[in-house]
Amino acid sequence: MSKTAWDRVTLARELERPKATDYINNIFHDFIELHGDRYFGDDKSIVAGIALLDDKPVTIIGEQKGKNVKENMERNFGMPEPEGYRKALRLMKQAEKFKRPIITFIDTPGAYPGMGAEERGQGEAIAKNLMEMSKLKVPIICIVIGEGSSGGALAIGVGDKIIMLENAVYSVLSPEGFASILYKDSSKAKEAAENMKLTAKDLKKLGIIDKIIKEPEKGAQNDFEAICENIKEYLLKEIKNLEKLTEKELVEQRYKKFRVM
Amino acid sequence: MIIDKVKKINEEEKVKKRNEKASDRMIGKWVKCDNCKEILYKEELHKNLSVCPNCGKHFRLSARRRIKQIADEGTFEEIGKDILTSDPLQFDGYMKKVETLREKTKIDEAVKCGICEIEGQKVVLGVMDGNFLMGSMGRAVGERITLAIETAIKKKLPLIMFCVSGGARMQEGIVSLMQMAKTSAAIAKLNEKGLLYISVLTDPTTGGVTASFASLGDIILAEPKALIGFAGPRVIEQTIKQKLPKGFQSSEFLLEHGFIDKIVERKDMKETLAKLLRLHAKGGAKRNE
Repeated sequence: MSKTAWDRVTLARELERPKATDYINNIFHDFIELHGDRYFGDDKSIVAGIALLDDKPVTIIGEQKGKNVKENMERNFGMPEPEGYRKALRLMKQAEKFKRPIITFIDTPGAYPGMGAEERGQGEAIAKNLMEMSKLKVPIICIVIGEGSSGGALAIGVGDKIIMLENAVYSVLSPEGFASILYKDSSKAKEAAENMKLTAKDLKKLGIIDKIIKEPEKGAQNDFEAICENIKEYLLKEIKNLEKLTEKELVEQRYKKFRVM
Repeated sequence: MIIDKVKKINEEEKVKKRNEKASDRMIGKWVKCDNCKEILYKEELHKNLSVCPNCGKHFRLSARRRIKQIADEGTFEEIGKDILTSDPLQFDGYMKKVETLREKTKIDEAVKCGICEIEGQKVVLGVMDGNFLMGSMGRAVGERITLAIETAIKKKLPLIMFCVSGGARMQEGIVSLMQMAKTSAAIAKLNEKGLLYISVLTDPTTGGVTASFASLGDIILAEPKALIGFAGPRVIEQTIKQKLPKGFQSSEFLLEHGFIDKIVERKDMKETLAKLLRLHAKGGAKRNE
């Protein structure tokens, strides 16, 4: 039976669904996590560091949700504050310095809408990432693994390749937020989801993403090893392809990718 | 006799006004300042650059009036006018809404861009319009702004953007979100060419516009008491379950927290921009040929 968009929203949000660190630990080895934005703090809703993809050093940035209440409290439900985005940018610039490809895992209900986040420039932090990512001279591959919502997702989503898991969703805002703005009723989220074109299939058709990674019927957690294998295979192949381009070609190609959207 | 007639007209105006809803207040000849509650004669208000002569509140401006205030007379030449609203999600009722709005407001989209002169100095000027779906950014807005940035690069001109926006255009979904990446990438290119970009934030600048080109100016100015932020105040209040303090996310708040360079009153805006342009005219802007 084919799934509705809302079915996929539900699957994308499941607590048991694999999170960024699960993928990091399975696809890569020798991961070392690096902390802090060097300005204010260390945002635990973004996990970042260096690891080996086979024998190739890469920089990894991942939005991290928890699998239970305690973990979610610690990770702020995967909703980054400016420090998270600034940590991500710091490490992406570091990747550029050492010519490491960058891989990002997107999984967030959105950037955190809190007072501190606003005081410390949430908008500026996201904007800066969009601008800087567009000109990084190393390959960037972004993978939406769960929920990709709003500027909070895009802030680590400006890549040469953007791929999605089959049941992941990616949208301008959560269906609840969307319904509350357009239908003046957040309980119409289900209806909103069907109209938002937020599934991997819709986004592939719209030309926003490059590839869909298949999932088993009941979600990624049911055949996690195979999914990791598929992602790894894709990463190895695409990084190899992207590294054939000169730095100038790479940046120009990325510019053109978003230019036509 | 004449006095009686005037009295009668005034009386009729008043009755009409009372019957109008708050949102229709700008339609008659009079307008009530929602800050100091003073009743203002609309023509006087416009003569005063749409700033309340009583309390200094800066009313929201249409792109047309803004351009008139900023560009030297007769110099504005629009670019990207043929880029019009698209409907990537085939969202129910969207195009109809846009067409009705276009007819009613005579505005074709939420931003107007062009080349003009400011005190004789040539610039690319982009002005958003809050009267068109709250200045929200969909593909047409992103496309016009990107074209404006690319025009500045091609012609080696400084860029000035007046921002006013409720954020991303919801009806265009993910495509609106991508406009943030597109415009920000274009600003990156502008920077590489050593060209000046001044961003001016006006009431309100929020959401996806704040989180893209609006926050990327070499110099960021703001009008007094504008609401500027990423998340809207209502969303924050719902999240933290408490009321926000007065003045949170105002221009003054942003200045205090280091996110804008200067608050400029509307009466001084053109002069300030002209001064900044002059200060950059003999520097990097022209050296990078």
